[in-house]
Order: sequence, then C-alpha cells, then structure tokens
Amino acid sequence: MSAPAYESALLRTARWRPWEFVIWAVAFALPLAMPSHSLLVNEIAIVALFAMSLDLILGYTGIVSLGHAAFFGFGAYAAALFAKLVMPDPTVGLVFATVLSAVLGLVASVTILRGSDLTRLMVTLGTALLLLELANKLDWLTGGADGLQGVVMGPVLGLFEFDLYGRTAAWYSLAVMLVLFLVMRRIVHSPFGATLKAIRDNRLRAMAIGIPVVSRLAVVYTVAAGIAGAAGALLAQTTGFASLDVLAFDRSADVLLMLVIGGVGWLYGGVTGAIVFKLLQNWLSSVTPQYWMFWIGLILVLLVLVGRDRLLKPWTWFGAGKKKGGAA
Amino acid sequence: MLTILFDGIAYGMLLFVLAVGLAVTLGLMNFINLAHGAFAMAGGYLTVFAMQKLGLPFLACLPLAFIVVGLAGAVLERTLYRPMYGKPHLDQVLFSIGLAFMAVAAVDYFVGSSQQNLQLPEWLRGRSEFGDGAFLLGMGHYRIFIIAVCAVLTVVLQLILSKTRFGSRLRAAVDDPRVAAGLGINVNIVFLMTFAVGSGLAGLGGALGAEILGLDPTFPLKYMIYFLIVVSVGGTSSITGPLAAALLLGIADVAGKYFIPKMGAFTVYLLMILILMWRPQGLFTRKGGR
Repeated sequence: MSAPAYESALLRTARWRPWEFVIWAVAFALPLAMPSHSLLVNEIAIVALFAMSLDLILGYTGIVSLGHAAFFGFGAYAAALFAKLVMPDPTVGLVFATVLSAVLGLVASVTILRGSDLTRLMVTLGTALLLLELANKLDWLTGGADGLQGVVMGPVLGLFEFDLYGRTAAWYSLAVMLVLFLVMRRIVHSPFGATLKAIRDNRLRAMAIGIPVVSRLAVVYTVAAGIAGAAGALLAQTTGFASLDVLAFDRSADVLLMLVIGGVGWLYGGVTGAIVFKLLQNWLSSVTPQYWMFWIGLILVLLVLVGRDRLLKPWTWFGAGKKKGGAA
Repeated sequence: MLTILFDGIAYGMLLFVLAVGLAVTLGLMNFINLAHGAFAMAGGYLTVFAMQKLGLPFLACLPLAFIVVGLAGAVLERTLYRPMYGKPHLDQVLFSIGLAFMAVAAVDYFVGSSQQNLQLPEWLRGRSEFGDGAFLLGMGHYRIFIIAVCAVLTVVLQLILSKTRFGSRLRAAVDDPRVAAGLGINVNIVFLMTFAVGSGLAGLGGALGAEILGLDPTFPLKYMIYFLIVVSVGGTSSITGPLAAALLLGIADVAGKYFIPKMGAFTVYLLMILILMWRPQGLFTRKGGR
C-alpha cells in the first residue's frame, strides 16, 4: 500500500456531493420561505450542531457519554453571563463561550481517558450533574432554579437586530452551524479523523500502531466540548435566557437519541436526527402533551431491537436474521 | 452525630438492596440496565396499592413485591433483554433508557404524577433515643427494621453466590458462557433466574424505600444515578464491593446534606468522579476481569 492510495481514498470521501449544496441552500432559504417557522428552524439548527458535536466523540471516537449537556449548558451560561455582565455583542460572546467550554472540555477529558464504558458513562453523567448542582447553588450568579433572566443581546455584527419572528436568530444559528460544520468536516476527513476511527474500532491496536491515543482523545473531547458550548451559547443568545434545563439529564439523553435516530459516525446524522426528533417532539407533544416521553421510549426500544444502522434502510427491516452479530 | 451515622447506614443499606440487582446484571452479566429503577418503582407502587386497595399488611407486601416484580423481570428478560446481551453498550444504554422513559410515562398515565404515601404499621413508626449530647443516638424503628432486613439479605446473597451450586454455575456462566454451556450448564436459565432475582430485589428495595425515598413517577430517573454510582464505585468482584460503596454513599449523602446543606448532592458526585478517576474499575475489582 503506497501512501497516495490512502490519500486519494481520504480525499474521495471528503469531496462535497451536489446534494449537500442543495441542502444548505434550502436550509438558508427556509426563514424566507416560511417566516412563521423561523423559531423552529433556529432551534433545529442549534440542536443539530449539538448533536454533531456529540457525534465527534461518540460516532467517530467511540466515547459513550451521558453528560454532553454539561458543555452545552456551560456554553449557554457563559454566553448569557457574558452578555449580561461584559458586553452584549453576540459574536464576541459566542467566541468567549466556545473557548471557555473547550477549556472545560480539556479539563474534563482527564476523566474519560481510563476505564470501561460504564466508568465513562458515570463520569460524564457525573460531570453534567456537578455543573447542574453548581448552577443551582450559585444562585447569586446564575439565578438558581429561576434561570438567568434579563439577557439583552446586541445586533449581530452590529448590523442585524434580533427580531420577534426569529429570522435573524435562524440565520445567525445556521451560519454558525455551517462554519462549525465545515470545521468538523475537515477534522473527520483528515488523517487525524482517521486515527480517531482507528481508536474507536480498536483502542489497543491503535496504540500498537503508534497512535497517541491519550492525546487524541483529549483533543477531540476538547473540540467537541467547544462546539457543544457554541450550540449552548446560540441557544442562550437567541432566546435571551438560560435556565437549569440546559444542563439537565434530559438534554444529554435527547441529544444521544437524536444522534442515534439520525445515525452515528456521519455528520449529517446529527442534522437528520435533530430534524426528525424536533418535528416528532412538536407533533407528539401537541397530540399527547404529557405522555410524549412514552412514545420516545418506545421509539428507542424499537430502534435498538430493529438495529440502529438499519433504521436508515427500511428495505432491510423485514429481512432480519441474515446479518448475524448485530449492529457492532 | 451518631444519629447521622445511623441514618446514613440505613440509607446506604436501602441503596444497597435497590442496587444489588443492578450490580449482578451489570457487574456479572455486563449489561448496562438503566431501567433498573423502573423495577424498584414497580415494587413501591405495588406495595402502596396492595395496602390501600387490598388492605394487605405491610409485611405481606414485601415478599409480594419481590415475587411479582421478579416474575415481571423474568418475562422481560426472556422477551426483550436477552437479544441485548451481545449488543454494544451504547445499544444497551439506549434500550434500557427507552424502557425507563416508557415506565415513567405509563405510571404517570395510570396513577397520576402525585407523590404516593406509604402507611407504615404502628409498631414501625416509633423512635428510640439513647445517650445524650454529641453522642445522642436516635433510631427510628423503621430504619432499624431496614438495616435488619438488608443485613439478612446481604448475608443470604453472599452465601448463595459463594457457597451454592447455583452460585458457582452463575459465576461460570459469567466468566465464559460458551465453556459453561459446554459443561452442561444451561446458561439461559441461569441468566434468566439471576435477572429475575435481581429485579425482584429491586422491587423489594422499592417497597422498603417508598417511605424514605418518596414515590412518584420520576423515581427511575431520579435514583438511577445513585444505583449506578453504587455499582460503578463498588466494583463488581463480589457483593461486598457494592455494599461498601452503598454504605459510603449513604453516609456521605446524609452527612453532606446535614453538615453542608448548601452543597447538596455535589459532594456525592464529586466523590464518585474522584474515586472513578483513581480506580476506574471500582474500589473492589477482580484481577483479570475485563
């Protein structure tokens, strides 16, 4: 195997497909075409970005995390507090929140380096719960259980005011999402991304062929934390509000669910999952406002029973049994 | 002082009974079951309704909770859980959390979201006090009862696992299912029974704990983290690990809430993260295990 063969394979998968341009164009046209749904578009863009950041560590690196909301919520509070206490400019606040979340991610990455899946589940969950308790107890700073109110945002880049319909918000979130998507896309298709996949598939083997596993894990966890923080910052900025809910366990569970619905190890999986999940949530909670959790649970159970990777291929659902060994 | 210690021990014992079933499925069968709290909740509700609607005495409800929830666990194991054993951990997490979500919503739908109260019999409601000053020991009778029941259970479980034929079969089936099956052990039955007993214990724990922990439809999610802490911190070599972890957690939680109420559950989570960073496989672990 010569090196150029590998390089061309990497480049081939990294190439932009025509449909991708169409999708992004449609996304940016949505707030114009359906102004009344701009708030929903904004929300979907934010959770899609959040789901993609989880995909970076779960789908590409194989770190099971039940506490990714830690970084989302941290970013949200950081952005909201920055706007309230320092300056109301959204872009500066966004950068501030992203950097801060990435630093937190770097610190927290120490916790995920050792142990089994269970240990990682527990420490990630524990980190999120720690932050939740902290945000709850530091009520002089965060507003405690009432949430942080009175966040006023300035216009984006000094030009575009946030309007009531959420159009500016939608475009702002979509733009940030696109930029960060490009960054993530660059990462996963680079040789660095290839080493992440190697770590996911077999950590011992990755170590044996000379991949610095520990530093790679730390770096990818930091990046994912920063991006999750950016998503949280977007939420806080576009809604002008941050509450304990951004750190809650439900957030972590929801984003995991979105990613799994859309398909892990595929950046668009996060986007697809976020769209499906949000539409489903909107619809279910209007049909059965109180019990939509039941249906979400049912979907999860069926999803796993059918096999995660098969959900995207409905034609294989009933030819069961041929693929022994399950979805590994 | 001593009262806090005593309450902490009672709380820890209760957590142990709730979590020991999980310790077995998770530790021995290596299945991450986040729906374990749902079994406990089922036991709690069963007890409350058996006492309210059927007028059964409290003591009769405890074995009832154990048996009914154990049977339900057996049915679920046979139908839903068994295909999950070989799946990756992510699948198990999603699957069991889905089950927990369904249980929460279903209970909410059928009995409402209000908190249920358990009417303890008269002889369990009292409280005895010994000593005075810093060494005042106030013991609620119900807590004495819990400690006694849990201590007996612990000893029985330990004996079953280490001394009986079933225990050695279970350990063999866990270490290597294929070899165990080759030796004529019916691995499926062993796992089925183990899972049923584990669920039954959760049901019993739920019945015992309804008075102390409170019972409402969010129970599985609210206490899931505590069960998981007990198991992950305790390690899975034997049931003494989870027991030690449960006692540690119970005492730390009660003492933390008493002495530094501003920190709340913070102490417990921090303790867990530090322990897991120090010993990722738990405090007590088998050599050569995973």
